[in-house]
Amino acid sequence: MRSRSPDFWSGLALAALGGTIVYEARGWEYLGQDGPGPGFFPLWYGIVMVALSLLLTITSFRSTSEEAIDWRGAGRAFATWAALVIAVALMKWTGFAVAFAALTFFIACVMYRRRLWVGAVSGVVAAAAFYAVFVLALDVKLP
Amino acid sequence: MDVVSGLLHGFSVALQPLNLLWCFVGVLLGTIVGVMPGLGPPATIAMLLPLTFMMNPASAIIMLAGIYYGAKYGGSTTSILLNVPGESASVATCFDGYQMARNGRAGAALGIAAIASFIAGTVGVFGLMLIAPPLAKLSLAFSSPEYFALMTLGLAMVVLLGGESMVKALLATLVGLWLAGIGTDLFSQTSRFTFGRMELLSGIDFVVVAIGVFAIGEVLANMHERGGAPAIAVPKGLRNLLPTKQDLKDSRFAFANGSLVGFFIGVLPGAGSTIASFIAYGIEKAVSRRPEKFGQGVVEGVAAPEGANNAETGGALIPMLTLGIPGSSTTAVLLAALVLWGFKPGPLFIPENPALFWGLVASMYIGNAMLLVLNLPLVPLFAQVLRAPTYVLYPLILGISVVGVYSTSGSLFDVWLLAGFGLAGYLMRKLEYPSAPLILGLVLGGAMERALRQSLMMSDGSLSILVSRPVPAVMLSLALLILLVPLFGKFNAWRVKALK
Repeated sequence: MRSRSPDFWSGLALAALGGTIVYEARGWEYLGQDGPGPGFFPLWYGIVMVALSLLLTITSFRSTSEEAIDWRGAGRAFATWAALVIAVALMKWTGFAVAFAALTFFIACVMYRRRLWVGAVSGVVAAAAFYAVFVLALDVKLP
Repeated sequence: MDVVSGLLHGFSVALQPLNLLWCFVGVLLGTIVGVMPGLGPPATIAMLLPLTFMMNPASAIIMLAGIYYGAKYGGSTTSILLNVPGESASVATCFDGYQMARNGRAGAALGIAAIASFIAGTVGVFGLMLIAPPLAKLSLAFSSPEYFALMTLGLAMVVLLGGESMVKALLATLVGLWLAGIGTDLFSQTSRFTFGRMELLSGIDFVVVAIGVFAIGEVLANMHERGGAPAIAVPKGLRNLLPTKQDLKDSRFAFANGSLVGFFIGVLPGAGSTIASFIAYGIEKAVSRRPEKFGQGVVEGVAAPEGANNAETGGALIPMLTLGIPGSSTTAVLLAALVLWGFKPGPLFIPENPALFWGLVASMYIGNAMLLVLNLPLVPLFAQVLRAPTYVLYPLILGISVVGVYSTSGSLFDVWLLAGFGLAGYLMRKLEYPSAPLILGLVLGGAMERALRQSLMMSDGSLSILVSRPVPAVMLSLALLILLVPLFGKFNAWRVKALK
């Protein structure tokens, strides 16, 4: 099945963002006694954003995606991003070192198919290096 | 302060042992970053930005600028040895550099790239030193309408050269303007686009967006596309890295061509080193006595783009330091660094901070000499960086990004935002939205809105102030013409061809 061009969807998303900007900006003063208010500038760039993103959506409406989407590659990128998000969520409970070691382990073992011990050693060494460099040497606070 | 006394003052700053050390750290880091495909100077500078808050500003700018021009040197290594450009500006170097390496002349190619980088980089700094102070004096006459028009023109240039689709580049700019507007309006104290979140009242930190879009976006894009070309062995020994006399003779015009083209294109906001290197390569081929050999491994095909790539650095710093208008992602990050340290890049920057400006200029002379010494004998060592396993490298980049953002604000909310901007950076790459206009929109957004509102206050709300004064009228007309380029079929086709 031929899929709609990615520009179509990104245009729609940006049109929605532009619409939100215009909607919000209308709630603020446009022109006051001292000159333009807080709504002046956002209203104009919001309008231009809606117009341009609709132009992008309309021009891409008829075109379909010529290139097959590399779902495998996208899956790798999204999985890495999801692992980062989970690691950030973990930081609140476990601290940076454990969450970061787990992230390194995931990338090494799941994304790059390394042996478990390679992932474990990489995670522990990387977390220890971060602790040594940032906390001990630079006195930087870790999450 | 005249040029000679300014430069002497600059050397007294740059030659301080601590500044020499930071200059060395910067160029070394820059070279390593340039060697590694997938981690460019904007991402590295953005990641290191939080750490510079503990440093003296002169040392910090010397180090960050060192990363900027050091990466240009390093970028040629992977282009020549692997046919993998470390950054987009090194793509043109691949054409003949990789062919030279395949013909068994990797050493000569690496050597000529380092020499061309040194000559052109020095010419670029010389131009920066001569042109920046008078330009800053000229722009002292600027008021709010002129500034608004100048920023609009700068953004229009970035949109023109930001990517194939000007609509997408414009949309990225508008998103940048929106991000800049998030937080409390300084004129009226109204909170805008905070969606009820207290954390957004003070706005979104530039560091969060820059690290997210560049560093995390880059890691995700690299995770998407795994691969690489087989490495060609690096010749060992200084003797094998030095080009022959004939190589130097063949490259004479290329050195001059690359230096001048790179510098003048660097001065234009938005043009950048990628375009400079391609134009210098094109000119070199057009005037060559052996154009048919280009692409098969001619030495001047390496010298011209590498020279242009490096001379661009000096040119690009001129609008950033004297007008507060960054012309590229890297200079936008450097501009943000100066602002975060409490400086105001613009016409008064040089007279008010002579030690910083002249120290930077002098350090660039020193840094270029350091790079020549570093790059000729240590190329084989730098090439080893490529062997660092990516399953360790990428988590390290993610970790440094998280720590960098958290150390700036101490807020986990900013780390969440970082993850969000990382995803946005990846999607922008995949959907072909250029990131430079977004970053420039974010950097210039606040100042641009302020200049517009102050202009309208001066004219009691009449927009005519923007067209009744000659300088803003000319600049805004130019900006309008630039934005209308897609309507001129032939010119737009030429633009797209040039960008490709």
